[in-house]
Amino acid sequence: MASVEFKNVSKSFNAFKAVSDVSLDIGDGEFVCLLGPSGCGKTTSLRMMAGLETPTSGQILIGGKEVTHLHPKDRNIAMVFQDYALYPHMNLADNMAYPLKVRGEPVQKRHARAREVADVLKIGHLMDRLPSQISGGQQQRTSLARALVYPAQVYLFDEPLSNLDAKLRLEARGFLNHLQRDMGMTAVYVTHDQAEAMALATRIAVMDQGKIVQYASPIEIYRRPATTFVANFVGNPPMNLVEVECEQGEGQLLLKGEGLTMQGLPMTDAIGKALATSGKKLTLGVRPEHLAIAAAGASNTVTAPLFANENMGPESLVTLDRGENARITARIFTDDHLNVDKVVTLSFLAEHVHLFDGTGKRIPVAGE
Amino acid sequence: MTTEPITSKPRRKVRNFSLLSNRAGAAFMLPAGLLVSVFVIVPFFWVIFVSFTNRTLIGRTALNPEFVGLGNYLALFDPATFFQRGQFGFSLILTTQFVLASALIGQALLGLLLAWLIQTVPPWVKRITETFVIAAWILPEVVIGFAWFAFLDRDQGTLNALLTGFGLPPGDFLLEQPFWVIVVFNTWRGAAFSMMLFNSAFSSIPPSYFQAADVAGASSWQKFRDIGLPLIRGHIVTDLILITMWTFNTFTPFLLTNGGPSYRTELVSIYNYRVAFQDFQFGKGAAVGVIMMLINLAFALVYLSLGRKKAPKS
Repeated sequence: MASVEFKNVSKSFNAFKAVSDVSLDIGDGEFVCLLGPSGCGKTTSLRMMAGLETPTSGQILIGGKEVTHLHPKDRNIAMVFQDYALYPHMNLADNMAYPLKVRGEPVQKRHARAREVADVLKIGHLMDRLPSQISGGQQQRTSLARALVYPAQVYLFDEPLSNLDAKLRLEARGFLNHLQRDMGMTAVYVTHDQAEAMALATRIAVMDQGKIVQYASPIEIYRRPATTFVANFVGNPPMNLVEVECEQGEGQLLLKGEGLTMQGLPMTDAIGKALATSGKKLTLGVRPEHLAIAAAGASNTVTAPLFANENMGPESLVTLDRGENARITARIFTDDHLNVDKVVTLSFLAEHVHLFDGTGKRIPVAGE
Repeated sequence: MTTEPITSKPRRKVRNFSLLSNRAGAAFMLPAGLLVSVFVIVPFFWVIFVSFTNRTLIGRTALNPEFVGLGNYLALFDPATFFQRGQFGFSLILTTQFVLASALIGQALLGLLLAWLIQTVPPWVKRITETFVIAAWILPEVVIGFAWFAFLDRDQGTLNALLTGFGLPPGDFLLEQPFWVIVVFNTWRGAAFSMMLFNSAFSSIPPSYFQAADVAGASSWQKFRDIGLPLIRGHIVTDLILITMWTFNTFTPFLLTNGGPSYRTELVSIYNYRVAFQDFQFGKGAAVGVIMMLINLAFALVYLSLGRKKAPKS
């Protein structure tokens, strides 16, 4: 196991800047997820760690040693590919044992080791099959086994679960989490699925347009998203973001918006600075799970016509329509959604409020 | 009874979907059909017929050829003269060596090597290599023949000019090493086809296969041996059979050496030409043609059966 470090790494494909000036340090034994929409540079970053792409500028270190221009085979890493990259002409035993074969291990020894790993992954009984003769989930585990069969410094995962159906994905995710706890491996995991990142990572690097927007623990990213982009990307459904007009009262910030009634927020220096630079328009954010059907006398509320009311079993999603692209969704965990009218009032607590300035950057509220 | 309509329905549907009516289709087929009949099918049977006669261009047997049964074939395989220079057996052995050296070793191996090497080079190097190799393939035979003749000429040839330029002794290659000249020539001429076939075969392998091997620590040779080669095995078999057939039938070396000197480059196709159109022994020439046809047929059958074996899988 080893640490991984990016120092001002950039990568361009002709005119397109896929990764620009990314610095990242991944500690020994950490499980870091690179999270972002497609085209954000997360896979390119991973491929540069693997040595499958060469950075245009910057340095990459693995275990404190510079590897920027080293061939993949000299980096002692393991990687799981999105399409699994299993060799169709080899049976599972040969597929899993291939990294040992290229290291010159005798056939019996390497098959024994492959069998060991396969048994852990519960595919030991399939060793004679060809990849085309097993299911997608089994293929995924075979490619995982091939990566685990030899001791690598860093394990790289390129959206390994994205080709699985929803149920298998949950199962595989749980297994990966277990494996990470068991082995304490250093892992870098690329995904566009925020739930996967939240579930697996010790730290998440949220990427957008070739840059890291926020690099923090999952709970930090959930509680204090650095920008509206992160707030919108993490969480399912995403955070509700509402444009509000602000006014400064006596030591208080008063927020005004259509259908919105709110107690003033305590003023801070940060809020004052944001008001000075980005004017009166700020963005208010509240997560769907922090909204409830308002009881009489609630102090922070938003009222709008009902758009949709979806029951999911343990929860239901109540969506209000404040005009195009301005919907508000609440996750309701009680039976309150059964009694909603054509116009709904939702309530929230002041401590669950997020504020963002005109450029989308988070404004720390009182107590942060 | 109940299954019958189900199986017959889709078949009728397929037949219904056609661009033209049967009659219009037949009308369009007719000219091509006539041409093929006149220039391919009739000569095919004519050659078989002639091979059982002693027909010649001039003399008594030109007007009244006699039926000689298997006489021509027996003469070709006469053990007393079979291996002599300028005889059928000598040509056949020479052709076998030619196919082994220039097609199987030369074209296929060189094509495979080139195809593998251009997988990893920058795209512009790949394009330039492809352009040059394919240029050798698309030029007309006669142009190529003349170009090589000029290249190898003893007094004015480019090769000897280059050799003397480097201080090496010049040579009269067409006279001294005629067999190796046509081997090199045919390798140069045909490597493009193998290269293109293997190139497209390698390109059809998902890049992640090789990247996974890279990450796992495989060397370039290990990737070639364990992943590249096994995954294009079908293409290799196809390529070997096709270039074997083509090289077996090739006549272009005639432009360089005329089959000589003293029959040393007389491949069966050239032998066939000499017997039929220089010695004017039509009957014997037709017999050689029929034997070549049978050898080709054997290759073609192997090729077709391999194709059929592959078909149900994909």
